[in-house]
Order: sequence, then C-alpha cells, then structure tokens
Amino acid sequence: MKKITLSLAAAAAALAFGTISAEAKVKACWIYVGPIGDFGYSYQHHQGLLEVQKELGDQVETAYLESVPEGADAERAIERFARSGCNIIFTTSFGFMDATNKVAGKFPEVKFEHATGYKREHPNVATYNSKFHEGRYVQGVIAAKMSKAGVAGYIASFPIPEVVLGINAFMLGAQTVNPDFKVKVVWANTWFDAGKEADAAKALIDQGVDIITQHTDSTAPMQVATERGIKAFGQATDMIKFGPETQLTAIVDDWGPYYVKRVKAVIDGTWEQHDVWDGMKEGNVVMAPYTNMPDDVKKLAEETEAKIKSGEFNPYTGPITKQDGTEWLKPGEVADNGTLLGLNFYVKGVDDKLPQ
Amino acid sequence: MGMLEAVLMTIATAATPLLIAAVGELVAERSGVLNLGVEGMMVMGAVTGFGVALTTGSPWLGILAAIAVGALFSLLFAFLTLTLVTNQVATGLALTLLGLGLSGMLGESFVGLPGVKLGNIDIPILSDIPLIGRLLFGQDPVFYISILLTAGVAWFLFRSRAGLTLRSVGDNHASAHALGINVILIRYLAVMFGGACAGLAGAYLSLVYTPQWVENMTAGRGWIALALVVFASWRPWRVLAGAYLFGAVTIGQLHAQALGIGVPSQLLSSLPYLATIVVLVLISRNRRMTMVNTPASLGRPFVPDR
Repeated sequence: MKKITLSLAAAAAALAFGTISAEAKVKACWIYVGPIGDFGYSYQHHQGLLEVQKELGDQVETAYLESVPEGADAERAIERFARSGCNIIFTTSFGFMDATNKVAGKFPEVKFEHATGYKREHPNVATYNSKFHEGRYVQGVIAAKMSKAGVAGYIASFPIPEVVLGINAFMLGAQTVNPDFKVKVVWANTWFDAGKEADAAKALIDQGVDIITQHTDSTAPMQVATERGIKAFGQATDMIKFGPETQLTAIVDDWGPYYVKRVKAVIDGTWEQHDVWDGMKEGNVVMAPYTNMPDDVKKLAEETEAKIKSGEFNPYTGPITKQDGTEWLKPGEVADNGTLLGLNFYVKGVDDKLPQ
Repeated sequence: MGMLEAVLMTIATAATPLLIAAVGELVAERSGVLNLGVEGMMVMGAVTGFGVALTTGSPWLGILAAIAVGALFSLLFAFLTLTLVTNQVATGLALTLLGLGLSGMLGESFVGLPGVKLGNIDIPILSDIPLIGRLLFGQDPVFYISILLTAGVAWFLFRSRAGLTLRSVGDNHASAHALGINVILIRYLAVMFGGACAGLAGAYLSLVYTPQWVENMTAGRGWIALALVVFASWRPWRVLAGAYLFGAVTIGQLHAQALGIGVPSQLLSSLPYLATIVVLVLISRNRRMTMVNTPASLGRPFVPDR
C-alpha cells in the first residue's frame, strides 16, 4: 500500500508542478504478475525498469505495482495507473491482455504495452514478446545428451501458447539427439508457488525423470533437483546460486534494452503501435553459462545457440509432426509467427495430453 | 527409497505446515477468537526464520525467532480486537495484508540467496525398515513436533481443566466471566499460541519445505489452514486427518499428471479444494455434531460489564 500511496502522491505532485517545469517528465509504469522478489519472471521485468531509470535518469519517472492477479483486479490496477498520470504502461503478463485493451480504449492518450499477448484493439496498444522457446530448444538438446533415463520432467504453469511453444521447442531440440526422448509434463496451474513447484519436482523425480526444467517462476525446483542429485535448468534468471552443481544453464530474460527504447520513443514523441517478437538475435533471450556438463555437450549447446542467434536456424522448421501423427510442417517449411503465437497443440513425442 | 515411500514423505512435508498453523488457529478459535491473519503471521514467520537462520547459521535459532515473531505479531491482533474491541474479521484481514507487505520489505535483501536447510533426523537401523522406516524415523524434526503438538492440544483441550476453561470462554464468554474467569487474558494467550504456531509453520516453509525466501511464499497456505479448522469441526485429530488428506490429494494429482492419465490438469488441481468442500458439506449435514463443536462465541466481541 505504501508504494501505491507514494506513486499517487508523486502523481499529484506532477500535476501540480507540471505547468512550472519547462520539461515535463515522462512517467513510465509497470504492472507485474508476481512479486519483484520472485527472483524469476517479475524480478527480470523489474531489472528492466531499473535499467530505464539508469539510462534515462531525470527524463523519466517510474512506478510499478507488483503481485497483481490476472483478472478483474488487473483492470482496476491498470486504470488506476492510467488515471495517475502514467504516459506509458507496461502490462507484463499474458493474463492482462483483455484488461489492457479495455483500459486502453478509455485512455487514448496513454500508451499501453502488453507483454506476451496478441490483441491490439486500439492504436495505443503495442505488444512485445521474447522468443524464450529458442532457449528451450537449446535446453532440449542438452537434456537429451545429459539424461541417462531418456526422460525429462517439465513443470509448466498454464496451457497458454507461450508455454506450449516452450514444451514443443524443448522436445524438438531433444529429438535431434535422441528421437525416442520423452518429456513428462506437470501443470502446476500457478506461475509462482514455491511449495507446489517443489512438490511437482519431487513427483516427477519419483517417477524417474533425471532432468528437470520449469516454466514457473521460483527457484524451488532447482533446490529439489540439487537435493535429489539430478540436473536442472534455471528459469527467467540465472539460478546458479541455488544449484551450483545442478544448473546446466538458464534462460535469462533481458527486457532492459527494449524498455529503454520504448520509453525513449515516448519522450521523443515517436512511439508507434507495433508487435515485436525478439529473441536471441536481439539480445532479449540470453543463455546463462553452460555448466555441469562435459565439454562435448557444451560445444553442441554453443553451436546450437550460435545457429539460432545468427538467424540461420528457426527451431520451428519442418519436418514437424503433430502429436496426433498428422503432418504440420513440410521439410524446410518454417512456421509463421501468427501460428506460433496461437499454438495450441503438441508435437509428436510429448507424453502428455494438452489441457484445453 | 522406494517410490511409495518417497510419495508418503512428500505428502508429510506438504501437510506439516498446514497442520501446525491449523492447530494453532484451532486453539484461538476454541477460545472464541476468529483470527483471519494466519497467512500474515505465517509469512512473517517465514521471513524471520529465513533471516535469522541465514545470519546466525543455525536453523533452530531461526525457528525459535519465527515462533517469537508469530506470537508478537498476533499480540498486535489481540490488542486491537480484545482490548480495543475492533471487528475481528476486518482486523484479521488487515493483519494478513500487513504481514504480506511487511515481510516483503524486511526480506528484500534475502531474495535470491540460498537458505539454510534444517536437515532430516536419521535414526539408524529403524529408518532402514522398508516402507515405513524413513516415514516414521527419518523425517525432519518439525514433523515430529507437529504430531506432538496435535496430541498435546487434543489432550489440553479435552482432558485438562485449563482446556475446559478455555473452551468455556469460547462457548459462552458471559457465563465464563460470571464464574470469575478472566476471559480477556485467556483469549490473549490463545491468540498468541495461534500466532506462535503460525510462525513455526512459516519457518517450516522457508527452512525445510523450500529453503529460500521469496515474497508471498506462503501462497495461500494460511487460508487453507483456516478452512481446515472448520473442516475438522474444531477437533485437533480431525485437523491432522484433514491436513494429510489435503496433502495427499495435492501430491496425488501431481503424480497423476506425471503418469499422463488423460484427466484435465485444471480439474486435478482443484481436487484438494473440491475434496474439502465435499467433506464440509457432509459434516454440516449432521447439525447436532456441528452445534456441539462450534465455539458458540466465535467472533463475538466481549466487553466485561463492571
């Protein structure tokens, strides 16, 4: 509550003195789905905010709301920000999609940026996303090389396209090494619940997986993997401290450059609606150092990463068969972004029924 | 360690924090005070336990500190609701919000640091008995404390004179007062016992379950503990049964998913809550049993007339 009061007070002050100061500051605001202390997804977005502060200094004023639930509360939170004088609002979770568009319609002068979604119903709504699945493809390659059991455990959050994309990419990467590789998926139905994520990891390990990867935001699965002596991948941030001998690598989200660019565009008056989907090439998706693996695996991982980074290879290049056995992509055919962003089916080999 | 044994151990770990917090709240509610601040007290215990264990290197000191902080935090609630006679529901909710915010602020510097884990006990030979060995003789120490706590509270409430007094305060504070019982003092003590238990349950999360600190790491477990008290119709052993049932269904659904049985995960995830509702409905069908067990003065303010 303190943060909200402060930001409201700041907004009131900005309104009061706005006419006096020659150069009005641009106010950039963020809405996070988790606490900034999650040391995962929301933490990384907040690092982006801090980079904006550092890069743009006096030209910008920032505010944020953390742990905003996806749903009716989100709309209230976004609207509160829009009323409090924010010039640009970043809503950083898929579930904020409809709320963002709804509020955007009421405040045409405010810029809205929604992460990981696909709806842009008003000219003042832009969407941005990262190709996290590029990193997951590399993880899949590593997992298939490292796993003795030939089966990895995947702790997933919600059955949305972004998560399904990750599972498929992991599978496709693994299949290049071991065509019979298996992935067991457990849906935690939460982005962030350390205890539940730990339980999911234990359940998977008890069922014989010897590599854990996660698309949820806490470090708990990494700790469980350490305890049980198997390997795991970090999520959203470098989690090496939680598993110095466990973490193989981690997908690190680096939102800083994008946020600086977009806030600067508002300052310069050049902001325009767009839909970007950056990945390794643009530096949004960074792999943490490859650790706890033999040199040949490390080399293969680096080569795979380099191939994706240079734009030479897209993980979603055919031939790819759907889970039900029907052909999806012909040899050499590359999936278009529209299909990928709405992906709602598994590729062949995933040992799970996708919840609809 | 066999698979079944591993699963049972996981269930025990999932159930223990719920059990401890719920037993504490049960005592408070038996004295007639409804404290909805369990979540807030738990999360304060979690951050205190983590912080103290990290700085001193001793998980036991962390646990003791968490118990003390839980009790102190509930003292605030007790002062507001019992001395200043504020609304218990509103004050309890405020306590939860305060706890979540305050713990986030206090714990800011602990984020991203691996914690100290309270290790498991291992009684030689006995813990090697197949299936039940590890379960009975190789758990973390707090697991044993939780069982002893349940037994102790059950004995205290229903077999001791002091327990009878506490229940009488919860059932009819006017009569208890007329008999010369210090209603307010007893309620203070009961609320603080509940706070101490919630603190311990929180420390369990940050020192045993997942040895780390992350904001809001209780993730609603305080609310589940509150529901368990009603679920158990204010009887300690039923709280234990409820906590283990909830833990078993939670872990069971994760295993069902990993096995790849074709049931939607959303349905499986809601199973623990559905199970709780079904049992609640079944229990409340028996009106007499509900009437006998529900503390009649629960949530009602008491102002002694002089």
